[in-house]
Amino acid sequence: MEIRSRALRKLLRDRLAKAAFVVIVLYALTAVAVRTGALDAALGVNPNNPVVTTPQEVAFYSAPSTESWTRWLGTDRQGRSILLRAIWSIDVAVVVGSVTGLAAVLVGTLLGCVAGFFGGRVDATIVWFYSTVESIPYLLLLLVLSYSTDLFFDRLFDRTQIEAFSEPGLIVVCVALGATFWTGPCRVIRGEAIRLRDGEFVTAATALGASRARIVLRHVVPNVAHLSLVYFSLAFIGAVKSEVILSFLGYGVRNRPSWGLMIDSASRGGLAIDFYWEIGAATLFMFLLVLAFNVFTDSLQDALDPKTH
Amino acid sequence: MWAYVLRRLLLGLPTLIGVTLITFLLLNVFGGDPVATQMGKNPDPADLAARRAEYGLDQPLPLQYLRYLKEVATFDFGRSFVTREKVSSILAQRVGPSLSITLPALFFTTLISVSIALVAAFNRGRFLDRFLMFTAVLGMSISFLVYIVAGQYLLAFRIGWFQIFGYDSGIFARWEYLALPILVQVIVATGYDVRYYRAAIVEETTRLHVKTAFAKGLPRHTVLIRHVLRNSLIPIISRVMISVPFLITGSLLVETYFGIPGLGLTVLDALNAQDYPVIKAITVLVSILFILGNILTDVLYSWADPRVRLR
Repeated sequence: MEIRSRALRKLLRDRLAKAAFVVIVLYALTAVAVRTGALDAALGVNPNNPVVTTPQEVAFYSAPSTESWTRWLGTDRQGRSILLRAIWSIDVAVVVGSVTGLAAVLVGTLLGCVAGFFGGRVDATIVWFYSTVESIPYLLLLLVLSYSTDLFFDRLFDRTQIEAFSEPGLIVVCVALGATFWTGPCRVIRGEAIRLRDGEFVTAATALGASRARIVLRHVVPNVAHLSLVYFSLAFIGAVKSEVILSFLGYGVRNRPSWGLMIDSASRGGLAIDFYWEIGAATLFMFLLVLAFNVFTDSLQDALDPKTH
Repeated sequence: MWAYVLRRLLLGLPTLIGVTLITFLLLNVFGGDPVATQMGKNPDPADLAARRAEYGLDQPLPLQYLRYLKEVATFDFGRSFVTREKVSSILAQRVGPSLSITLPALFFTTLISVSIALVAAFNRGRFLDRFLMFTAVLGMSISFLVYIVAGQYLLAFRIGWFQIFGYDSGIFARWEYLALPILVQVIVATGYDVRYYRAAIVEETTRLHVKTAFAKGLPRHTVLIRHVLRNSLIPIISRVMISVPFLITGSLLVETYFGIPGLGLTVLDALNAQDYPVIKAITVLVSILFILGNILTDVLYSWADPRVRLR
């Protein structure tokens, strides 16, 4: 536990880490505001509706103008506000990042602890499972997973049933990413659990008659929680970047604003006529979020590394 | 050593079987019905059944799986559902363009990253080091797609240094088309690699024998090359080998957006057309390469560091 309070003190002294954390919180709050519909209501806008008035403008891209704040970054091919779409895309990114991160870390931590602690056949099976998943290139696995999950959902549910709950593409992306990203944390946490298995506190708990399941949940899992946090952060970054790629390739989100769709749209039309506001806005909004997470993860890893004390 | 390699090859078999299980589950069990998609709306039931029988999709699932295992063992994946070409000949045509991107990209990435990492590690804590590392983080925070689209727009479309799209299979003519995709791959991978190599090299510079080498008055570059770089070979080798699957997936994106007929573009087209034999063959092929790569990594370890013994 000592390493963690020391790490927290170190993080609080790190100005860059604090700035990154503020950015992350701002993005998270925006995502909540978009998801709950509060932002739509407060601003009285909808990113899917055109903000331009004349029909000529609807058909073409229009450059930034100060006429209305929604037109500060111009409008896209359908006359929709680029600024609004870039902001509304935060929702998809944050949902995909946190759901994937949580799922990957939860599965990875549990399987890793169980494998490392129990050893033997359980361990061999779990190691076989993650090395198999890792030997398929991740983008290929992601694409095949998205493709199959999409079709499988279609067979299980009525599409309107899913749509009432959330956009199908969003759920598919989360499932595919979660099923791909759990292997990294699992491998590392298994190694840590093997080290902890021979610790005195495990011997003590065994001597006191604690069951093995209790030892894993109460003693091993809390002792690797700081690693889980690092891996949550890494999975979040990976998920945000992959969501953009999947949406771009047509295997992700379709009916919601997403930075991947904005880049796709820009590469299909806007750039050919030198209109770079769409790709610029998507790039900048995504860059800030990923950069903040990268900086925060680095500081976290530094703070947790006993060697840099 | 050969006994070690043989044992590792046998240990790779369960992994390979795992890969076939995953692809079979995802495609044949959970995936859609490629025949129904091919035949369009309201197909003749007799045609549908005939096509299913031709592809072996009318058999019970366990039998279909066994047939798949047999295909993996003989490396004969039958014919493509879409073009009716032999899958093996599709792969043979597509491997060349893919390797023409990934091998040069891997080479240049490693060369550039290790050089930058050496410079950073030997200026540790100074401005130059912090500047290089922060640039790497900035580079890592930009989407792969942006590099592709911006490269196409700026360097090919506006300045006209490169071809925007397409491929020529000539041994020399192809580089005109491949230069930009390779450049994009190198830029994307360098950010990650520099950070990794710097950490590995910094770790080596703290060793006592490096202090000794400096203490006895060896010039900086001698210490750098002979004592630090040589000892950093193990992390470098493992990184290069780990990058191989990353390069294959990375080339999926550049191949798609630069229209290069490699394995990446083939597998994406196959997925869009539900061409299962092609997807299965490429997945298995890449996994086999991955398993062999891991074994090769360990063999290279023992070559780079005589203290490592393979048993």
